[in-house]
Amino acid sequence: MKLIGLGADKIGTTVLIVLAMVSFIIPLCNLVSPADSPLHFSAYTVSVLGKYLTFALLGLSLDLVWGYCGILALGQGAFFALGGYAMGMYLMRQIGTRGVYGDPLLPDFMVFLNWKELPWYWLGFDNFWFALLMVVLVPGVLAFVFGWLAFRSRVTGVYLSIITQALTYALLLAFFRNEMGFGGNNGLTDFKELLGFNIQSEALRALLLMISGVTLIAVFILCRWLVNTKLGRVVTAIRDQESRVRFLGYRVEMFKLWIFVFSAMIAGIAGALYVPQVGIINPSEFSPLNSLEIVIWVAIGGRGTLYGAIIGAVLVNYSKTVLTGLMPEIWLFTLGAVFVLVTVFLPDGLVGLMRRRLQESHS
Amino acid sequence: MKAKSIKGYCRLAACLMLVFSLAIHGDQDVSKQQLLLNALTNLKQGSMAEREQAIIQLADNGSSSLTILQALLDGQLFILKSDDSLVIGADNNQGYDIRDAITGTAKGAVERTDVGKINLTNKLRVSLRKIIGQLQLSSDDPAIRLAAVKAMGNEEDESALAILKAREGVEKDETVKQAIKVVFLLKDMNSSDKSLRINAIDALKEVNSLDVVNRLNAMVEKDEAGNFVESDIDIRNTAKAALININTRLQLYSSIETVFFGLSLGAVLVLAAIGLAITFGVMGVINMAHGELMMLGAYTTYVMQQLMPNNLAFSVLLSIPAAFVISALVGIAIERGIIRFLYGRPLETLLATFGVSLILQQSVRSIFSPLNRSVATPEWMSGSWQVNDFLSLTWNRFYILVFCLIVFVLLLQILKRTSLGLEVRAVAQNRNMAKAMGIPTSRVDAMTFGLGSGIAGVAGVALSQITNVGPNLGQAYIVDSFMVVVFGGVGNLWGTLVAGFVLGIANKFLEPFAGAVLAKILVLIFIILFIQKRPRGLFPQKGRAADS
Repeated sequence: MKLIGLGADKIGTTVLIVLAMVSFIIPLCNLVSPADSPLHFSAYTVSVLGKYLTFALLGLSLDLVWGYCGILALGQGAFFALGGYAMGMYLMRQIGTRGVYGDPLLPDFMVFLNWKELPWYWLGFDNFWFALLMVVLVPGVLAFVFGWLAFRSRVTGVYLSIITQALTYALLLAFFRNEMGFGGNNGLTDFKELLGFNIQSEALRALLLMISGVTLIAVFILCRWLVNTKLGRVVTAIRDQESRVRFLGYRVEMFKLWIFVFSAMIAGIAGALYVPQVGIINPSEFSPLNSLEIVIWVAIGGRGTLYGAIIGAVLVNYSKTVLTGLMPEIWLFTLGAVFVLVTVFLPDGLVGLMRRRLQESHS
Repeated sequence: MKAKSIKGYCRLAACLMLVFSLAIHGDQDVSKQQLLLNALTNLKQGSMAEREQAIIQLADNGSSSLTILQALLDGQLFILKSDDSLVIGADNNQGYDIRDAITGTAKGAVERTDVGKINLTNKLRVSLRKIIGQLQLSSDDPAIRLAAVKAMGNEEDESALAILKAREGVEKDETVKQAIKVVFLLKDMNSSDKSLRINAIDALKEVNSLDVVNRLNAMVEKDEAGNFVESDIDIRNTAKAALININTRLQLYSSIETVFFGLSLGAVLVLAAIGLAITFGVMGVINMAHGELMMLGAYTTYVMQQLMPNNLAFSVLLSIPAAFVISALVGIAIERGIIRFLYGRPLETLLATFGVSLILQQSVRSIFSPLNRSVATPEWMSGSWQVNDFLSLTWNRFYILVFCLIVFVLLLQILKRTSLGLEVRAVAQNRNMAKAMGIPTSRVDAMTFGLGSGIAGVAGVALSQITNVGPNLGQAYIVDSFMVVVFGGVGNLWGTLVAGFVLGIANKFLEPFAGAVLAKILVLIFIILFIQKRPRGLFPQKGRAADS
């Protein structure tokens, strides 16, 4: 029990239990009960819940670097999108001859651009396992190169934040180009099937929700364990007093690099789970605003707690769904106000608030 | 009703103007006026011979008759049947939009049958063309003279050439003189005398004219059968040599143009970044709402133009202080309301100001609609400066460059010479020490932030002249302006200036090879790599203050 951190924190445990219920009971209900029974959840609910869970995973990945290592990465969305694109490429190649142009090899947009053969970087994506490898490898390698350059020359604080933002901005511009071979403005969409299952089918939706939930729980427990290891403690120490840790003889940049790459990989997995559930991936996922939104999920939930990120991600996205549905103009006002209010009045987020309440009731 | 009454006023104004102009001309001009009226009557009713006479009389009257004669030549001079007056009509598909030939006042639209066209014989047309050319050549405006030379140069008529030849002797303006010379050199190129042709080509290689380039290129090309258009090899070689000469100059001019475009883009970047350089560099505050403060400046320009639609030029000039004040006030409000509580926590400041930027964006979207608003450019800023055929520089970009430098110098002076500047520099160097010396740091912070925000507003005025004004205006520049500040070195205004211009020029030089988007990506990647090598930018701040 102690190893995975259960029981160490009441809120964390509650979050874990709720997660487990959502990711098992809802899919099971849908798989077992007929479509008209009251236990049956609508396809919309299932896919929205699945989306929230992937966002929670993304928030978790940011909390690892920001909450535990103090790196405010404003480009986390880039890793998410790269993972999504890797999955999207696999799904694209599964379309086969069912595309509008019916080309067995080339996706529709390439036929449209009059391309004759598949670019080399699309090779191998017809294999699911290769695509899965790329989902973690591509974000991981990018994070490694970027982080290695940045941490080695001790780019820290706001400078690092701004160049991570520039990174995702550069990728945004790049992926908008048709010549890049990733569908340009429209991105990748019109997916047909995943591993032979119809991507629109309710069973697959339920399954994807379950997989997202299980992945989130597994990553949550893994991260929980990780931050309590010696390595995790060094990372936390770097957040609090970077130069002191360096003087103690630790190679700070290696620890930073390690956690940065690990978190980018998690973000990539989140992206890969997100794409089949929403059915599209396009360059707007790279926009700096998206990455900033991730930061606010974590800030609202409470950083440096892991489950705070999960609470924040689900809560913010739920309000977003509700508010943009009711009155679209209000959403940006609300988001802006939340940014301001949380940073000024709630530096520890909702979790900090809850913890204080819990402590008060104990004493 | 309204349109009618406006028309009525116009007519009244036109009558008054006519009366005044007659009155001003005075007695000695009465005979001349009479002569002119006679000429016009002849033009209307007379025989062809009388018309020719009338044309010559009009020509004697000088350049003021030029519009009438030009309209006559273009077949746009009519007699309005209702009141038997002379009008100039422009075809509007259904009929004609007419204006009075003498006063130039608009008289509305008429049917085709309401007017009678004044016809010309071919002979008359030839002499009319000559007269117009002559009149234009003696015009006071060098630009009109230049256009006349170019128009006449294209004609095969020998008498037109004779007029040009005569003009060459008396012409004072170098450009016009040169243009006349080119006309004759181009004629020489067609002559049968080989040495004359070679000399002409040789002389033309120093001339910056697209006509010349086209002609020379045509000479060295092959026709469809694979034979050279120009059979003489000597002439071909001379033409080739001349083309090489011209092309090197062409390249020079095109790089000058690229540098100019780069500088103007750099000026925009500097304007956008310099306010940030103050808030970020001096106060260490990351203001993500900086772009939105620029947007407010741009919208101020828009509102000012809506308030005074009749005085565009003035409204743009007035927008500069207005935008400064509005953005500065909003900036001070942000500082007092939010940032004050977050000093020493730069990452939190970043997030809070980002929230502010979202709110500002959405407010503008709710007030002015999400669509882009167009801000008109005053006349003195539009158009371009045609240096020669190869090089033309647009005025609005030129003015923005000048404006950027003015703002920069002013800002430097404020920081160097005013007591506020002294306090700002003191706080930037060592906040605690400054506080100990009795400097009211929190007031200085507010003022500094106001100054930086105000400059963002002023930058917005400049931006409104070159891009669309919309809620996303600020977002488009925020990443770029941070790059400029970081590249130049935080806390160093000169660094910001140099970085802005370097990035602008680099961007424009990359564009022809890589395309606009890829150029931008390359520049971003370059900066990311540069930051790795020199984390503190081009001109890092020295001393202990830089360590914090």
